[in-house]
Amino acid sequence: MKEELEKRIIKGPDGLEFEVEPLRDYYCEAPPTVMPAAYSKIVEDLFNWARSESIWILGFGTGCGAIEMRPLMTPRFDAYRFGVQWRPTPRQSNLFVISGYLSVKTLKRVIRSYEQMQNPKYVVGLGSCTINGGMYWDSYNTIKRLDQYLPVDLYIAGCMPRPEALLQGFADLKKLIRSGKAEGANEYAEKFEWYKANQKKVINDWDMPDYNW
Amino acid sequence: MHELYTKLKQYFPLGELIEQRDNLAFITLKQEQLRPVILHLRDKENYTHLVLLTAVDWLEDNIFQLTYLLSNRANATDIGLRVMISRDSASMESIHDIWPTAATYQRELREMFGIDFPDSPRVNDDFILEGWNDIPPYRRDFDTLKYSEQTFSQRPGRETKDPAEHMKQKLYPDGA
Repeated sequence: MKEELEKRIIKGPDGLEFEVEPLRDYYCEAPPTVMPAAYSKIVEDLFNWARSESIWILGFGTGCGAIEMRPLMTPRFDAYRFGVQWRPTPRQSNLFVISGYLSVKTLKRVIRSYEQMQNPKYVVGLGSCTINGGMYWDSYNTIKRLDQYLPVDLYIAGCMPRPEALLQGFADLKKLIRSGKAEGANEYAEKFEWYKANQKKVINDWDMPDYNW
Repeated sequence: MHELYTKLKQYFPLGELIEQRDNLAFITLKQEQLRPVILHLRDKENYTHLVLLTAVDWLEDNIFQLTYLLSNRANATDIGLRVMISRDSASMESIHDIWPTAATYQRELREMFGIDFPDSPRVNDDFILEGWNDIPPYRRDFDTLKYSEQTFSQRPGRETKDPAEHMKQKLYPDGA
């Protein structure tokens, strides 16, 4: 456990001393819960339509695939015309694009960011590295299967996939969301123990709460 | 480079000189000669820039080779100082007081090769790896494939084909 996460007494600027327990004070202890569908199918369909038309991506590039995001968001490919845009914080985004190889060190940050995103949220694995390790198949420091650690809705194959492939991927993701099959966040809540066990198996210095909401 | 080598040889016992190019040469040194030679090169010969500090693992000879690459910006020449240290409980004198940037290289070598640099700032802190619990991964006796198979779950169905055989089969299925 990191020193900054331990329970300690802090002296405020006014001289008053108070106790801080970061894990309890700064984080939510409760594990994620399954979010039920809306009360009627037609309402849920409306929600899903709205969700599919506003895919907001977290601006977090994990590997070399992040370089494909620049032409995608600038005028040449212009993903904004499909309602896709990039957001600077996990709180405002609902799609996490894992753009390429994922080292164990980055995986830790990815899990923290993913858990801070609000429901409903989707994960797209980009490139062969997220599917089976790709060219890093024998690396000591990159994970080989993303779906062991996060619920993946869609993979886009390639090394690296071109921006056109990503646009096609967004179109497919929209179809998945519209048909109500993109239930990654609920799957994560249901199989929370399994995902946590897998994550802790590779992240040896687990110095954060189990759930980082 | 020869002139510099003969000049240096007057003051210090030196190993062999390897001239790679006109403006790049390597000199092998004894461990305890490194600091005086570096200080002489920096202060008297204008080799003021530490380009890099790296290591090579000579597993068969049981030694680590440390290479300190220094650069003379004025006449664009580089000189590499090679120091051989024992692989068992590898330890080397720190040069962070000569070039502060060396501390970063030394931290990396400490993590990736397990070479200790006593008194170097934050040398035992995590550098790139977090919570590493095996032997340092750049050592040649570390089996990276075995480690990755044990640690990470693999997706089944991955196979490797010999490109020549595969294309032959594909283009000439009858074996013609």
